[in-house]
Amino acid sequence: MGTAKAIRDGYGEALLELGRDDRNVVVLDADLAESTRSSVFRDAYPDRFFNAGIAEQNMINMAVGLALSGKTVFASSFAIFATGRCWEQLRNSVAATRANVKVVASHGGLTVGPDGLSHQCVEDISLMRTIPHFAVIVPCDWLEAKKAVLAAARMKGPVYIRTARPKTAQVTAEETPFAIGKSVRLRPGDDVTIIACGVMVEAALEAAGDLASGGIAAGVIDMHTIKPLDAQAVMAAAIVSRSRSSPMAWALVDLTVSATTARPPVDSARPTMTRHENRSGDSKCWPMPMVAPMNQKTSASSISSLHVVRL
Amino acid sequence: MRETERAAARRLNDSFVRELEERARGIRAEVVRMIARAGSGHPGGSLSIVDILTALYFARLNHRPKDPRWAGRDRMILSKGHAAPALYAILGECGYFPKSEFLKLRRFGAMLQGHPDATRVPGVETSTGSLGQGLSVGVGMALAGRLDRRDYRVYVCLGDGELEEGEVWEAAMAAAHYRLDRLCAIVDFNGLQIDGRIQDTLNPEPIPAKWKAFGWDVCEIDGHDFRQIIRALDWAAGPKGKPSAIVARTVKGKGVSFMEAQVNWHGVAPCADEARRALAELGES
Repeated sequence: MGTAKAIRDGYGEALLELGRDDRNVVVLDADLAESTRSSVFRDAYPDRFFNAGIAEQNMINMAVGLALSGKTVFASSFAIFATGRCWEQLRNSVAATRANVKVVASHGGLTVGPDGLSHQCVEDISLMRTIPHFAVIVPCDWLEAKKAVLAAARMKGPVYIRTARPKTAQVTAEETPFAIGKSVRLRPGDDVTIIACGVMVEAALEAAGDLASGGIAAGVIDMHTIKPLDAQAVMAAAIVSRSRSSPMAWALVDLTVSATTARPPVDSARPTMTRHENRSGDSKCWPMPMVAPMNQKTSASSISSLHVVRL
Repeated sequence: MRETERAAARRLNDSFVRELEERARGIRAEVVRMIARAGSGHPGGSLSIVDILTALYFARLNHRPKDPRWAGRDRMILSKGHAAPALYAILGECGYFPKSEFLKLRRFGAMLQGHPDATRVPGVETSTGSLGQGLSVGVGMALAGRLDRRDYRVYVCLGDGELEEGEVWEAAMAAAHYRLDRLCAIVDFNGLQIDGRIQDTLNPEPIPAKWKAFGWDVCEIDGHDFRQIIRALDWAAGPKGKPSAIVARTVKGKGVSFMEAQVNWHGVAPCADEARRALAELGES
């Protein structure tokens, strides 16, 4: 596919289109416009760009005031500041008023590694999932990020989009469909299904390639929307391999189905909370009946954010 | 001519002031009745801001209660959201919603929640209750007004204790930076917060000097004197290239003798007997 490009660049490109097509789009940043790529909009439409300075909480609530006055507002910072520092503003002012505010935060996850603890953010997705009325989107490449931003602008109400700093592979194509809440199957394969989001989709595709050389057909789902989650896709992936399942795996399938249909799991589907050893002998992984063999590279790329279930 | 300016043209004569005082008396009685019925709420800070809100809604605010989303309206944000009963009593009096809603204050699922919910209450511009956020929202609304070339004004009512929140000063900096002269902050300076006197808790004084240092035009008034309040609002409305702050000296619990300047009336509802005594003092049976 296309050349490597940072996910955040998709945000800048989308803003340029939105600024051209819609006078109502306003963009805010908190002194990180170059880093988040909102600078692209700033340079093209300076009258509709406001730098809030190093004052993120005020920025989020300025966004609320603009949105409640009819604007479609994008507000950007790093993930740690946009969500961690401003969680209460996002809950009590953005979500509480259903304001048409799109928070697009770059430097999510560990992709800003060299900057250290203060700038890394592995919590943003969890923090944003807990706030009612927010859609949460984690695009997997620059192109999907661009589509996500355009889709968020068309949608009324609060949206959180996580982007990333490093250049990563383009794993989707122009014609790959994008709809908020509808995942994309990027690779077929029914032995194992890997569900990933963001920069981990590329890692999942690599893992699937490695598994294929070991005779295991691994499918990859790009779960770009974390909320609302594409429950149907998860269930379909689980059920596909059900006929080959062990009893324990059956129980997990039932649990998945229960969870994704928002019903409490039935007793028989409750997993035993004992630790299971995977094949590498690592007893610290969370309970799974079996974990597909993973090479060192995949293990090192924080595989805990993937859901690898060998059914 | 703006409706506000027509109102401003109305002479601030004795009979108009008496009319406002009578309205404020009725609003105070409604606040006491509502909180007593609900069994919880914040009488102290609701009563201290009644005169300021009465002056805004009945003398200066350019608004249409039958068309709460009218794009040209002046915006009023009650950043000190715990004073919601005062705002509710006034919005109901203006006709934004039926007064029967007063009976359900703080009930589960009711329109009138403990703190203002903009998705439920016509006339409430943004949801507040978590202190320190309203001024930032006001900055956003004032910026939107400028982008849309509308001449509406934005008023934000803050508590003095609320000034201890850092976000207020982020917003104050932003408003001055963007020269938002259609934005006016009104500080309900009653000197008390839940835990005691503001100077014993986290002293935000000197309050006028702080706003001035942040680039605002500042005036100080008696927040229970209608002539002073209205003159201050008219002063704030003039074009000056910077936002305006009105620091209004008030008395917490104003109008009910046993609540006045008493910190323990911050967030406690009067019992039936206390409510009767309060209403009698307010001239209601």
